[in-house]
Amino acid sequence: MATAVLTTAPLQSDEALIEEFGYDDHFHEHHHGDKYQSNFVSHYIFSQDHKMISKQFLITGMIWAIIGGAMSLVFRMQLGFPEESLAWLQPVLGKWISIGPDGVGVLVQDFYYALVTMHGTILVFFVLTAGLSGTFSNLLIPLMIGARDMASPLLNMLSYWFFFISGTIMFASLFLSTGPFAGGWVAYPPLSALPQAMDGSGAGMTLWTISLVLFVVSVLLGGINYITTVLNLRTKGMSMWRLPLPIWAFFVTAILGLLSFPVLTSAFFLMMLDRGIGTSFYLSDIYIGGAALDHVGGSPILYQHLFWFLGHPEVYIIILPAFGIVSEVLSVNSRKPIFGYQAMVFSILAIAFLAFIVWAHHMFMSGINPFIANFFVIFTLIIAVPSAVKVFNWIATLYGGNIRFNPASLFAIGFVSMFISGGLTGIWLGNSALDIQLHDTYFVVAHFHIVMGVAAFFGMYSGVYHWFPKLYGRFMNETLGKLHFWGTMIGAYCVFWPMHYLGMAGVPRRYYSFDSFQTFGHFDGMNKFITIAALITFGFQLLFVINYFWSIWRGRKQMVKNPYQANTLEWTTPIEATHGNWPGKLPTVQRWAYDYSKDGIDFISQVQPTMEGESVEH
Amino acid sequence: MTEERDTDIIIAEDKKPELNSDWAGGDRKPFRTSYGKLMMWYFLLSDAFTFAGFLIAYGALRFSSPSWPVPDRVFATAPFGINEWFPNDQAPLIFVTFMSFLLIVSSGTMVRAVQEGARENKRGVVFWMLLTVLGGAGFLGCQAWEWNNLIAKENMTVTTNPFGTYTENGYYLDPETGEVTDEEVVEGETYLLHLAGASHGEAEEHEGEHSFEYSAEPGDYPGYVVDGLLPDGSVDQSAKRFIHRKYVIEENGEQYVRVQEFGPTAFGALFFGITGFHGFHVATGVIFLLIILINAGSGVYVARMNGYEMVEKIGLYWHFVDLVWVFVFLVFYLL
Repeated sequence: MATAVLTTAPLQSDEALIEEFGYDDHFHEHHHGDKYQSNFVSHYIFSQDHKMISKQFLITGMIWAIIGGAMSLVFRMQLGFPEESLAWLQPVLGKWISIGPDGVGVLVQDFYYALVTMHGTILVFFVLTAGLSGTFSNLLIPLMIGARDMASPLLNMLSYWFFFISGTIMFASLFLSTGPFAGGWVAYPPLSALPQAMDGSGAGMTLWTISLVLFVVSVLLGGINYITTVLNLRTKGMSMWRLPLPIWAFFVTAILGLLSFPVLTSAFFLMMLDRGIGTSFYLSDIYIGGAALDHVGGSPILYQHLFWFLGHPEVYIIILPAFGIVSEVLSVNSRKPIFGYQAMVFSILAIAFLAFIVWAHHMFMSGINPFIANFFVIFTLIIAVPSAVKVFNWIATLYGGNIRFNPASLFAIGFVSMFISGGLTGIWLGNSALDIQLHDTYFVVAHFHIVMGVAAFFGMYSGVYHWFPKLYGRFMNETLGKLHFWGTMIGAYCVFWPMHYLGMAGVPRRYYSFDSFQTFGHFDGMNKFITIAALITFGFQLLFVINYFWSIWRGRKQMVKNPYQANTLEWTTPIEATHGNWPGKLPTVQRWAYDYSKDGIDFISQVQPTMEGESVEH
Repeated sequence: MTEERDTDIIIAEDKKPELNSDWAGGDRKPFRTSYGKLMMWYFLLSDAFTFAGFLIAYGALRFSSPSWPVPDRVFATAPFGINEWFPNDQAPLIFVTFMSFLLIVSSGTMVRAVQEGARENKRGVVFWMLLTVLGGAGFLGCQAWEWNNLIAKENMTVTTNPFGTYTENGYYLDPETGEVTDEEVVEGETYLLHLAGASHGEAEEHEGEHSFEYSAEPGDYPGYVVDGLLPDGSVDQSAKRFIHRKYVIEENGEQYVRVQEFGPTAFGALFFGITGFHGFHVATGVIFLLIILINAGSGVYVARMNGYEMVEKIGLYWHFVDLVWVFVFLVFYLL
């Protein structure tokens, strides 16, 4: 390390630096009227302030996570303990619990599929897209790049409210007498395209489609805003190569969403025509009840292509924000610069690019040309390279660090563990030959739950624990947080690790029961174990919810602006959040975000100009 | 990042080239463009992917179909009897060329409106935007006529495509296999065979009469009549039920009346779906053009002193809609 003697210690305070070098945008000379925080409605409901919108996204996402998670418990109980009575759920689920002559209440099969479908839809879109990217992009982009707010606060507000309406419609579909859509979250035709295919394919699917189209609007409004804000509203000196890694991640996430979600809209539009006015985009030669339908000439594979052109980038939309959050949290809590900053950025870009050319690896068994599948195998396996770069960089960041073990950093480390475990099985599944055995089995379920479900949740938890003071000016309880971490870490592995064995044995996913497959009989015990582990793990998540809401009002107060001794700009804002983020001038950025333990100084804020005698890196 | 370790040479920060570029933050803007315009660009980028999705669906369905209607035959009518000026009353692509021309010209007038905006000339902006609105509305009117003609006269719907397939040199293609048949197309009038009138008894009374029309295969289609060749009332126009399009064909030097198989149903569904989605964009554009026109006329943008940026933003959208039409035109009318 550098041994230069520094002459400017002790460092000036951030306020003084901002006052001296800051960038005056005359923000506070303009009159902003009542647009922002003056009354209850404009402050808490139709707020245009990015910090409030961020909280709205987070809390809505949490509510959806509880609903979606509880659904998985219900179908897991049915799957793990089919002989136990679920009659006690009847007050909630009503007719979806059918009580047999022996008094044993079981989940109605159609509703089992509906729950599986809703669990997937809710978790993928409402929780891990809106709840994760919506929360942290909103909170951190303006704060970390030194902007007063988003480029268009109005569109930002609309983004949340489209999400809200979308969620309301999806929620309403749960109460239909025919039940919500039950054909799987990917909504493959013909189950999705023929209203008469099954109960949930009627009104349930109609509401599902409307809800998701509104959701796409929300994602696009948000994404356009995030991209524009990152490009145009960076404060003076914040060049692209000085952006903290979360911002790079949110930026690229928004680009992915901007380019892939519209294709989903196209797919849904054609789907609506098939359902509504009898076109045949996705349907051909279908018989229902022995009678041939008029539909001819369409291709269900076409839908799969259009869907997975979104669907694959979507998994990176989910995981990239977690990448960014984890990079930041690991660097701050190991008191070391992030290892290989530029490599981290380029690997994000490489993953984003590859995300667009691997979609057909979801369709190896759908009847695509095996020769074409080769290309998708190769590109899929290449994704392992930038992913491995990231993993090694995180480990190298931790290596030799003076690590603080708090809930945020524990979840960040747990994220790395999950990402490795789930990523390695991705290499298996990316193989079109192995996929013959593994497709649509619990191996796939294990893979994507670990690598993008649990891992993304870990990133989200890490971010919430870390930036909670920026949301509420208080800290979350650390003991509860650590308990939450260990419960989740062990629990999640207990839930998903055994699924690999089920999958390798060929146990198919989404099945209501395996009664008719004697060969799977010896997995009953494992299924019971998974169900119990899932129940316990879910219980630990409630601990987080309690901790969250308790800490909003009763948590330890944030007494200093920069409690983590971090470098990034959000810690130079006042503890009490105001509209416009900085009370006076905007900070001018003098260096990159990761000068930790440099020249013997623990941390050097981004607003600190180059000091005399400092070794120069950024 | 690592090369300069163990050095105490100080490089002045502002000598870093990236801090002198448009990407350095602060007052500098990437692409030297306001965020509002950038947002419109990003929206257009995403919208381009929506249309790309549709056009890929078009390609996938079209190339999985063994045959495809020839646009010159499908889009051969024009209003006000204009098609009568052409041989056999067929005016291939004449009308769609006109409506496309209208849309492209409206892009030209939009350019002029933006130019006048940059000059802060309110009257100029209003005048040229008004012409643009007229062009857009005219295009929508043409589209309405075209749709009406295709649906009401030609009986093409999203589920039925009465247009079979020709090869370019005038032979039928077999719709099942896509192979060239020996049936040659003879230019002449074509008819639709309609379900005979409300009273089927009446149709049967005329059995002898109209079986004459299907001289090639008498009795194949009992209960159907050729529109226009029988007394009024015997054709059930409201039912819209018809089987095949009838053509005069020539075989071994003799002329027969033949009926043609329906073409691939995807043709109508794709046509109405995609041109409808594009028309929705044009309609939205016209509405926003009108709003901005009114704002410009009432002087809202004068105070902003930003060269009528709002006009420029809607201009970007308008040009995009035109550009998309070029692709739609290409795949439906030319290929």
